Amino acid sequence: MIEGIDLSQVNWARAQFALTAMYHWIFVPLTLGLSFLCAFFETFYVKTGKEEWKKLTRFWMALFAVNFAIGVATGLILEFEFGTNWSNYSWMVGDIFGAPLAIEGILAFFLEATFFAVMFFGWDRVSRGFHLFSTWMVAIGSNLSALWILVANGWMQHPVGMAFNPDTARFEMKNFFDVILSPVAISKFCHSTSSGFLLASLFVISISSWFLLKNRHQEMAKRSIIVASVFGLVSSGFVGLTGDEAAYTCARVQPMKLAAFEGLYNGEDSAGLVAMGLLNSTKEAGDGQQPFIVEMKIPGMLSLLANRQPGSFVPGIEDILYGNEEHGIMGIDKKISKGRIAIEQLALYKKAKDNGNKLGAQTAMDGFRENEQYLGFGYLKEAKEAVPPVPLTFYSFHLMVALGSLFPLIFLLFLVLTARNLIESQRWLLGIGLVSFLLGEIAGQAGWVVAEVGRQPWTIQNMLPVTVARTNLTVGAVQTTFLMFLVLFTVLLIAEVRIMLSQISKGPEEV
Amino acid sequence: MVVILNVLLKKIYIFYWDGFRSMVVGRKLWLIIFIKLFVMFAVLKIFFFPNYLDQHFSTDQQKAEHVLSTLTGAAILDK
Repeated sequence: MIEGIDLSQVNWARAQFALTAMYHWIFVPLTLGLSFLCAFFETFYVKTGKEEWKKLTRFWMALFAVNFAIGVATGLILEFEFGTNWSNYSWMVGDIFGAPLAIEGILAFFLEATFFAVMFFGWDRVSRGFHLFSTWMVAIGSNLSALWILVANGWMQHPVGMAFNPDTARFEMKNFFDVILSPVAISKFCHSTSSGFLLASLFVISISSWFLLKNRHQEMAKRSIIVASVFGLVSSGFVGLTGDEAAYTCARVQPMKLAAFEGLYNGEDSAGLVAMGLLNSTKEAGDGQQPFIVEMKIPGMLSLLANRQPGSFVPGIEDILYGNEEHGIMGIDKKISKGRIAIEQLALYKKAKDNGNKLGAQTAMDGFRENEQYLGFGYLKEAKEAVPPVPLTFYSFHLMVALGSLFPLIFLLFLVLTARNLIESQRWLLGIGLVSFLLGEIAGQAGWVVAEVGRQPWTIQNMLPVTVARTNLTVGAVQTTFLMFLVLFTVLLIAEVRIMLSQISKGPEEV
Repeated sequence: MVVILNVLLKKIYIFYWDGFRSMVVGRKLWLIIFIKLFVMFAVLKIFFFPNYLDQHFSTDQQKAEHVLSTLTGAAILDK
């Protein structure tokens, strides 16, 4: 197995980025969702005036603070990595990412300096109404803060509203609204934040289940479960809807990713969605082997998901790779040829400009613009490089979907049984509730694996592959920092878990 | 106006001062945040994560030339 892994520098840099991003994503969704749950809890306190709600709110806010403190600033490490490991990419996208990331930084700073302080220091020192307002502002602001980084990611998946400037070697923003209102950015933001709401609901259910299993703070646990179950149920519906939208968008702008996460090698009309399947591990595009050892499909469902028409055609990996004239799909080899023309014309433009040959520069530029949309393909050595790792994408997608389908059931059971005051006797369900948070984390991470591994080999879809985006560093340099991060993140995670567990075991009495 | 502003600033200062003083678990969290920021900015950023282009090129023009050379470099096509 290990000999099959490509341990080149670019893959170490990718592994390092994945490690950092996955560590960061342990905390971010919890912050996004728990902030809203705290706002709900406090709203109940302000509406009812009951001290129990206040105590409950303060307890969950303390856990929110622990999570926030450990997670804060880990995202900055990603920016360090851009400048060191991905310098070409970093230079090329500076104009696009500069504005969104600056807005995120400013928003986060003002939010944290003002409303966070009121939220944590302001109990009994500002009016109830203003404190509640601050808690809501933290929730809304945290989620808006996530918007910008997700817009940036959405742009990488579907680069719109920009033009490549060959004089500065940068993608320059031409239309801010095209970037921010890109369907990929919107569906990514909605799907990611709603999955954060779902995760936070599981977190509350998980800890409340522990209290009920230990016969401690039962009333607080049951109140928390009711609110979290309702929020979790609504969020689950929203995750499903936004996931459907994400798949629809993916079929339009990243059809290879869609084919990979469904293990679809040959396109079909009325394509079925794999409900369960075991991939043939030796299968490669074009080898004629069956892609699955065993599979169970829902007929027509993939066509419905991808095109919103049950009988429609969904292209497979081989259609995209080798082309399909009937369905107007250009093969990768042809795109590679066009991409190489774009690169050659870019080189000619540079040479003509350096020599002061204006006419030559203009002719080369015209040639470049004609083939610009295939630029990234010109850097691929062979067509098969355009296929992402199918097994990792397929299994991650199906794990995410399977867990995502389980969560609404968990929320529903908790809601009904708690409302009927029967939850304490259902110890099997409390056991499931206890581990549900871990399952939520796994589902969230799997989702990002689908999004990012599924779009390989691209850093910027169709424009810049990872091999060109990287900095030409030694393997050893990247390995060293990878191992350092592994140690650092492990230590921080242990610290987080210990502080969190200590805070939970104290319960609401000692906040 | 100045008096009102002074009173307001004093109130805000006292609000933060009292808030920080009365922290319980917050002290531990702030300590972790400071250690983390120190490791990130004073160790990782300086010694292990220099900005490659800033380190090797002094002007934007040079950086652009370098990236453009990478994009058009024959080495990439030959790989």
